Parts: sequence; structure tokens; C-alpha cells
Amino acid sequence: MPKDGGIGASTKRREDVRFLTGKGRYTDDINIRGQAYAWFVRSDVAHGRIDRIDTSAAEAMPGVVKVFTAADFAGVGGIPCGWQVTDRFGKPMQEPKHPVLADGKVRHVGDPIAVVVADTLEEARDAAEAVVIDITELPPVLDMKAALSADSPKVHEELSSNLCYDWGFVEENKGAVEEAFKAAAHVTTLELVNNRLVANPMEPRVAVGDYESHSGNHTLYTTSQNPHVIRLLMGAFVLGIPEHKLRVVAPDVGGGFGSKIYHYAEEAFVTFAAKQVGRPVKWTSTRSEAFISDAQGRDHVTKIELALDAQNNFTAVRTETYANMGAYLSTFAPSIPTWLHGTLMAGNYRTPLIYVNVKAVFTNTVPVDAYRGAGRPEATFQLERVIDKAARELGVDPVELRRQNFIKPDQFPYQTPVAVVYDTGNYHATMDKLLQISDRAGFEARAAESRARGKWRGFGVAHYIEACGIAPSNLVGQLGARAGLYESATVRVNATGSISVFTGSHSHGQGHETSFAQVVAELIGIDAGQVEIVHGDTSNTPMGMGTYGSRSLAVGGSAIVKATNKIINKAKKIAAHLMEASEADIELKDGKFTVAGTDKSVDWAGVTLAAYVPHNYPLESMEPGLEETAFYDPSNFTYPSGGYGCEVEVDPETGKVTILAFSAADDFGNIVNPMIVEGQVQGGLAQGIGQALLENCVYDENGQLLSGSFMDYAMPRADDLPSFNVDHSCCTPCTHNPLGVKGCGEAGAIGSPPAVVNAVIDAIHRAGRTDVTHIDMPLTPSRVWQALNA
Amino acid sequence: MAKVSMTVNGKTVTREVEGRTLLSTFLREDLGLTGTHIGCDTSQCGACTVHVDGQQVKGCTVFALDVDGADIRTIEGMANKDGSLSVIQQAFQDHHGLQCGFCTPGMVMAAASLLAVNPKPTEAEIRHHLEGNLCRCTGYHNIVKAVMAASGQDVGSIAAE
Repeated sequence: MPKDGGIGASTKRREDVRFLTGKGRYTDDINIRGQAYAWFVRSDVAHGRIDRIDTSAAEAMPGVVKVFTAADFAGVGGIPCGWQVTDRFGKPMQEPKHPVLADGKVRHVGDPIAVVVADTLEEARDAAEAVVIDITELPPVLDMKAALSADSPKVHEELSSNLCYDWGFVEENKGAVEEAFKAAAHVTTLELVNNRLVANPMEPRVAVGDYESHSGNHTLYTTSQNPHVIRLLMGAFVLGIPEHKLRVVAPDVGGGFGSKIYHYAEEAFVTFAAKQVGRPVKWTSTRSEAFISDAQGRDHVTKIELALDAQNNFTAVRTETYANMGAYLSTFAPSIPTWLHGTLMAGNYRTPLIYVNVKAVFTNTVPVDAYRGAGRPEATFQLERVIDKAARELGVDPVELRRQNFIKPDQFPYQTPVAVVYDTGNYHATMDKLLQISDRAGFEARAAESRARGKWRGFGVAHYIEACGIAPSNLVGQLGARAGLYESATVRVNATGSISVFTGSHSHGQGHETSFAQVVAELIGIDAGQVEIVHGDTSNTPMGMGTYGSRSLAVGGSAIVKATNKIINKAKKIAAHLMEASEADIELKDGKFTVAGTDKSVDWAGVTLAAYVPHNYPLESMEPGLEETAFYDPSNFTYPSGGYGCEVEVDPETGKVTILAFSAADDFGNIVNPMIVEGQVQGGLAQGIGQALLENCVYDENGQLLSGSFMDYAMPRADDLPSFNVDHSCCTPCTHNPLGVKGCGEAGAIGSPPAVVNAVIDAIHRAGRTDVTHIDMPLTPSRVWQALNA
Repeated sequence: MAKVSMTVNGKTVTREVEGRTLLSTFLREDLGLTGTHIGCDTSQCGACTVHVDGQQVKGCTVFALDVDGADIRTIEGMANKDGSLSVIQQAFQDHHGLQCGFCTPGMVMAAASLLAVNPKPTEAEIRHHLEGNLCRCTGYHNIVKAVMAASGQDVGSIAAE
């Protein structure tokens, strides 16, 4: 291992130094000479017809450069959707137009109607107050089931209804699943809500557009998880700017959690407006704006049924889900309740027959798209809740019921009935590890101690499967993706041996600058300090699909390995020439090339210098230089899994739930940087516990967002959470990527909500209240108290 | 516009500002000290936390004119004189107390403020003190650990990873 950390070392993060000293460079830190400021005028009603927009008073205000409305975007394309789902009848989903600025109608509170561009932010904001907009309010479409009734108002008049699609998976299994339910010895049914969430990365979105009239080059600085995807979507589909004339830069980005994947109207606006007004244009979201303009997450209403035979084996699962799309289709929205959800409904279990039905519905709310986990938390929550409910109905231990139905360690690779093949896993091992690290054996004594204090203690488990690194591209293309899902990397070795790695992955908290360097250093045997990771700028990195879905190391890291191996192959040829040996005899170890069986050697820098100063070099057979690019398209998803355990105390007087301990035993395959992996899990747990106990995005009956600020939307705070007990010693390496890694970014948010809810129900049942079988998230004191006092 | 003078990280600065200019905006836009971040508009997130005359203050809760004559310290003034990381900053790196880095300046300023008055805080005291600073990445586990370590205490009491 390199002395400053290769694969497996908890190397401290190099990026921390700039963040800890105030030297990070986030998008809002970028100011371009002469820039003007944009302020968006947004709809304050959920649904309405725009009768008149009068910008004349605003245009006369001090400092105003121009006021934009939909009329200015007449020749511009709408915001595209990146995934087309085909419904259960073989028809494509209904896909409404999504104009950059509202055109004729507003469809959610926050829908942008006009934009004031002025010399200063304050002038833009002041003038925005003077934009006159007459709107005739229309009845808002809010409840998903009501939205599908024949007499519901329509969010989009040009569509036949508010139904985006009615998806069935696996449609061919529908009849067999029904037969299995008829034959079942026991059926457990659970209706539940997966509450709508707001991602809320701490950095609000920012976009700065710049245009050079002399070259025709556009630059967009933006808070994005995938700058190349923005370049492609915005360039090709919205503004018609070819890639070579459009540079997209995502510098330091302050968290994303999915919400910064998508192409947003504000990005297209500043890029467009910069050319129109002949000045750079900057927009910085306020947090209040983020609540009504960032894509939100989850929002499923589900009925799940689990069929068991007389021996408590799972025989079938059937679900019916209503998935909220919001007012428009965000970039990847249609894929979340379908391919990222239905394919996970086997969980860790041998259930032979599964049928998933999803009706995606348009409503007058902010668009919904992927949020940390994206479809997989929804799948895991319903499955792990219904299994727990079944165990209670059958009077068996929830852990044992799971264990009995787990896919067995010798059954991998395992073909599920929902189209995916799990390559590796050992769910019995992760469950055992969980019970050990959470000291389940000592639970009864702790519960007795709580009882003595008048508190109800409960222990809940959940076991999750995740699918990361979604691929291969030809498969996802068949499933409706309008993008490839590979990753690319360029490894540029400099003359003196230092290395610049250009990756299409994007780091916004994941620590790639450290962990990716560890990978390259390990492969070559040089110090990680010699390796620099460059990302986030389409002008200097190869094509990239970005960072989401826990894909960066599994897909982006594999591209880096592939490119580095090309480098090593070429370097060995150069070394063979330098040492007048056969290439087959060259070995690379600890950054030194040797000829097997001899004492001849040349070090790394000797070879790299020869590549760039090719005086002694086989020029007739090989080009000088040492730079390679690789594209890696995985052959399968990766499948992390794990057992999560939550121990809670419920105060029966107030309904308050306190988490006393939370343990996570994950199998992420091989680990590059354990410190970073643990941090990812801890952060995911906080978001999952937030969903379970605190967070809820609430609209009132008029479609007004009630939870529209940090005063109303309960973000987890330091004193809401316990310390976490995180273990990743269970390891079944991925078999199809070169690092054997699986991905760890979302696991915490996927596995924790059902563990928390199961723990609360356990506590309530232990206190004799077996009539309470489910409480919808978030389990606030009010909701728990009401459940206990219904 | 009115004139305002203050000491920021040991240097005296004088600028003309509008009455409505917040201290957080003043630091970022007028002085170019972009380490102080703005994460909300309701004074909830704490990303703009700075020290005013030694007291921890959210920069978005005071106008620049309100702190005329004050001694201000921001994240840019937290490193040691030789440029190396201070004990608290180093503890955040050592214990992976940050991920995206956006809340980090506010967290460091809040932690420094706590340790100035309570050199050996308990885990509960640390969590209580940081209640006004939101972090969406870390789940606070490693932030708490970092503050505990910066105070010279054993971090073994924070659950093992």
C-alpha cells in the first residue's frame, strides 16, 4: 500500500483543508465582472390561468435591465424529461410540456412566471414587486386518487387526464400472483404513506450564466451533481447550443442528495438571459425559493399485500402505489416509482411471485424526483413494514421470519422475479452482525429498566437491498432512459510522474478527491499525494454522467481503474524498452518497474519522463506521452445490503419517540476509505430517521406549501439524533466491477425508516397495545399520541 | 448608504453600506470573505455563524451597521498564524466532521464558541449547543466527535464506528 494511503486506508480528506479555512469555491462565491442579478417572480397560487402580465412599471424601476416572461421564450424548447416509461398496456407515458417560464397557466406555488434582471440583487428584488400579474385561480389538483376521477380538473389541458402512466411489473405475472394469493394460508395487508420530503442540501441552488459575443461561447456555473448531463439536456433540448459552445462548471457543491441532478429552468434562464442582455446573469436561490422550486422526494401512497404459506414462506407480494409526479416531469421522475422501485420489491427474500402496480399522477405541487435512495426507500419501507406486520399477526419473531425467507448465501447469483440478478450477498451474515452490534440479547433487560421509568422501549429491525450503479446502458435504454449510464475517466500522467485524473463523477461531499486518488495510487504504487482528481468542468473532463444513485466509485471508479490499467500497460512497454527486456517480463510493484528474475529496475518517474522526453523510446511502434481515457459501462447493477436495528423509547404520556440506539451492519463489498464510508452511512441514517420522525412536506387544501421554511419543515438537528453504531465488516465483493465495490451513499436513508417505525410499533405492542398496527411517518409526538388515544 | 467600520480577523475595514445590508452579506459581498455561507433566509441554519466581540452570532440576524466598531472573527480568521489548521479545524479533519463543507464554517465557529466557555463539554452539551447549526451530510455523529476531540477528551464514548 502507498505510504500515504491506498485502497482500504482511512485517509484524511484533502478537500477538508479548503472547506475548513473558508477557501471552498461554491457557485455563489463566483462573481463575474459586470454581472447582473436575476430575481424570479413565482406563482403564489397552486393552479391558475394567467390573464395578464404587465412588466412596464417594473421595467421603469431603478437598475432594471430587462424583465423576461414566457413571451421571450417563444422560440426556446421546454425543460425535457430524461426517462420515458411505457405503461402496462404498451403505451408511452403522458408527457406534458414544461416551459422555462409559465406560459398561460401556473401549475404549482413557485412556478416561475417572470424574471427581473437588474444591476443589483436588491434592485431586481424591488422591481419584482412591481410586476403585475393577473391570475384566475382554478381548483387545485392535490389528492392523487381524486386526481384520477373523471371529473377532476386537469393540471395539463393537453393531456387526456392527470394520469402520467399506469405501470405494471411484471405484467405477465399478474394472474399467477392473484392465484398465489387465493392459495395463501395467510395474507397480511398494509396501507401506508411514504411522506413527501424536501432534500434541502445546505447550499441552495445557484446559477451564473456568461456569454462571450466574440466567440459565441456560453458558460454556466451551476450547483449540479452532473454538469455534463446539464450541458446535454440544456444545450440540445432547451436552448439549442452545441456542446462545443457550451461549458458547464459545477465547482464545490454544498450537498445534493438528488435534488441537484436535474436540469432546472433557472439554469436555462441565466444561460439564455446572459446572451440577451449582454452581461453575465446570476441567480441565487433563497431557502424559501428552494422549498418551492427544488424537486422534492418520495410521496407514495401504497397498499401492499404479502401472501404466506402454512410454513410462513413468502409466496407472493402484490402492491398498488400512487406516485406523485407534481406539476411537471422532472428529469428522472418517471423512473423513480418504476424501475428504481418495482425491481427492488423482492428485497432480500425468495418471494417467487411479485406484481407491482404504480399509477403516476400529476398534481398542482412542486415536481417530485429522486431524493437519496429514490424508489428504493419506498420499496424497502413497504416490504419491511409488511413483513413486520405479518410476523406480529403470525406470532413469530420478525427476525426469524426474515431469516427463514432470506435468499440463502449459496443461491447467488440470484434471479429475482422482478428482472434483476443479485450477484452477491449474505443476508444471514449481515443480520447476525446487526444482532451482535446492537446487543439484542440484552434488550429485555433494557426494556424492563424503561418500564420501571414508565417508558415503553422497542426494538425494530429492517433489512434492505439496494441497486446502485444503474446499468448497462443498452438495458436502461430499453427501459426508457434517454441517456447512457456509463462513466468515463482520463488519466493524464505528467512528465515527472505526477498524475491528473479527470473524472465525469462529481463530488459534492463524497470525498472523491481523496478516495479516487487512493485507487490510482494503489494500482501504480505511488503516493496518493502525487495524484490529483479533477471534476466538475465540462471543458476539461471527459463526458460524464455524474454522481447519484451511489454510483461514483462502482462506475466512475471503475472507469478510472480501466484508464489506469491502460496507462500501466503502456508504461510497461516503455519500461521494457528502457531495460531492453521483454514486455512480458516487466513487473510493477511499489511504483518501480523490474525485469522478473533480474536486478534491473526503472522507477515510475524514469518511465514517465521517457514518455515525454522520448530520446530513448520506441517511436516507430508507440506514440510518446502517457495519457489514456476509458469509458466503463457496467454489466449489472451492484447490490449493497444490510441489516439495520433501532431501539426507541416511547413516552406514552406525550407520544414522543426517542431513539436510544441505532445500529447498521452493511455489506458494501470492498471498501476504499472506511472513514468516508462510515460518514456516508451516518449521514444517510440521519436523513432516514428524519423522514421517520421529523420531516414532512405538507400542502394545504389550496395547494399552499405549509412547510415552506426551516421554521416549518423539521430538519434533524444535532440534539434530535443519537450517535450511530456502524459496521461494514460483512463483505461479499461485487463480482462484475474491477474494484469489487457496491456503493454506500444511499443505504442509510433506505434502511432506516422501516427500522424506526418497526421499533415504535414494537414498543407499543410490548405495552399491550396490539391494536396499533401502523402509524404513518413522520412519527411525531402528535401522531403517536393520537394513535394511542384514538 | 452609511459608513461602517469594524475589525475583521484583526484588520480594520471601512465601507459604505445600505441600511438593509446584513452582516453575512457584508462579509461575503463587500469584503469577499466567502467562507461565511448563507443557507437559509429565516436564521435557522447557522451556516453564517461568526463571532462578534467574542460572541457567537448568526450573521444574518444583524445588520452590518449594527456592528459598527465591533471585533468580528470569521472562518478565514480561525487558522493558526502560520496557516496551519487550528485545533478545532484539525479535529474536524481528523474525525471526518465535514462532507460537502457548506455548514462547516458555521459549525467551526459554533464549536469554538462552545469550547471557549465550556472546555470539557459532554456529548449532550455539544449536541445542545450545535442545535442552531444544521448539517445535512454528516448526521452530526462525526461533528460531535470532532468537538469532543478538540476539547482533548476521549472520543470512545461516542459510539464506535
